[in-house]
Amino acid sequence: MIALLIRDLRQATRAGGGFGLALAFFLIVTVLVPFGVGPESAVLARIAPGVLWVGALLACLLSLDRIFALDFEDGSLDLLATAPIPMEAVVVIKALAHWLVTGVPLTLAAPALGVLLNLPQGGYGWLVLTLALGTPALSMIGTFGAALTVGLKRGGLLLSLLVLPLYVPTLIFGAEALTRGLAGLSNATPLLMLAGITFGVIAILPFAAAAAIRINLR
Amino acid sequence: MSLWEYANPKKFMQTSQVLLPYFAVLAAVCLVIGLVWGFFFTTDDYRQGATVKIIYLHVPAAMMAINAWVMMLITSLVWLVRRHHVSALAAKAAAPIGLVMTLIALITGAVWGQPMWGTWWVWDPRLTSFLILFLFYLGYIALWEAVENPDTAADLTSILCLVGSVFALLSRYAVNFWNQGLHQGASLSLDEETNVHNEYYLPLLFCIAGFVLLFVALVLLRTRTEIRSRRIQAIMARERLG
Repeated sequence: MIALLIRDLRQATRAGGGFGLALAFFLIVTVLVPFGVGPESAVLARIAPGVLWVGALLACLLSLDRIFALDFEDGSLDLLATAPIPMEAVVVIKALAHWLVTGVPLTLAAPALGVLLNLPQGGYGWLVLTLALGTPALSMIGTFGAALTVGLKRGGLLLSLLVLPLYVPTLIFGAEALTRGLAGLSNATPLLMLAGITFGVIAILPFAAAAAIRINLR
Repeated sequence: MSLWEYANPKKFMQTSQVLLPYFAVLAAVCLVIGLVWGFFFTTDDYRQGATVKIIYLHVPAAMMAINAWVMMLITSLVWLVRRHHVSALAAKAAAPIGLVMTLIALITGAVWGQPMWGTWWVWDPRLTSFLILFLFYLGYIALWEAVENPDTAADLTSILCLVGSVFALLSRYAVNFWNQGLHQGASLSLDEETNVHNEYYLPLLFCIAGFVLLFVALVLLRTRTEIRSRRIQAIMARERLG
């Protein structure tokens, strides 16, 4: 399992692996928003939490179809299916690798982009915390979507259509926890819900995703 | 004699052929009674005027939008557990109907909301969860269309339906938490004291019955179509071999 994780990480960070793509996309989205809504600091500070969360979510979405597609094309997914480790473990490792190459860099880069959007003082801790709690759920849900569409030609658009409604609860609780934290309100409930979604998703979706991959490899 | 006999496509075709006209006629009768009674023989509400009559379309459509998804969930489970093709095809047949019902509920709601709330759309929990439900239907139908092998498509869409149900419920509670709404609470419950007045309640019951029957008739019709198209494909495949 560790070998598989190292292999996935190595492939992702190699040239053409799309490692920086999500980060660059996140940067572009956050830079474009002020051009769209105008440069007033108060407005930007008001919408910064939502923009940062939506930007991170879209950046996650961008690299989802790579999770299984390359392995499916060159046949290594078939080898993984016959390997001694269960398919569920493969799915978890794939999601973990996706999180390490997109979720973690996004979380770490978010405060810098928060400065661009004039995120108020005191929000940076909450920003990192909510993203760190929420991005694993984004990766896991996305892995499930990728597993559903792995055998399809041009599955990218369908993947977005399937995954976006599934992202709604994570987005709501993540952005809500951040907004309330910024305003100095108690945000324990949305934080707990966000953590609950993340852990629940990690507990349940590997089975659904593994079943989908087995069906697609049939 | 058990329910599972109807999993046999031949048996299902025979029975549904007999039942379909009854459901269709009953649906038409109920809808005509409910709508004519509701539209022409009830008084206008003293605050809402004639716009109150949109509930005869809005409420039944909204109920069927949710119930269609529940039906798809059950038939998907039956397909995953017992591998009855009729079940998978019924889920496939119900999805576009559910989609249209969701759309009817959203559009009639917007038409009502414009004069009443002064806006076509607000990010109210109920409205938002229906929009999300709409997206779920779209994704489900798109997945059916995208996968070529029918058995693979049935399996994948069933899994999506199961996972989607969990997330649809979760979204419902998430949007409730996220924003307090303008939409009124339930007023048709059987166990509550204050419900909508009988004058509106009785024709509404006819409309709901009519929508349920209409849904059943449409699902039967569409499932029969799916079974026939599956048979045609089988015949064509056999001819190509032979």
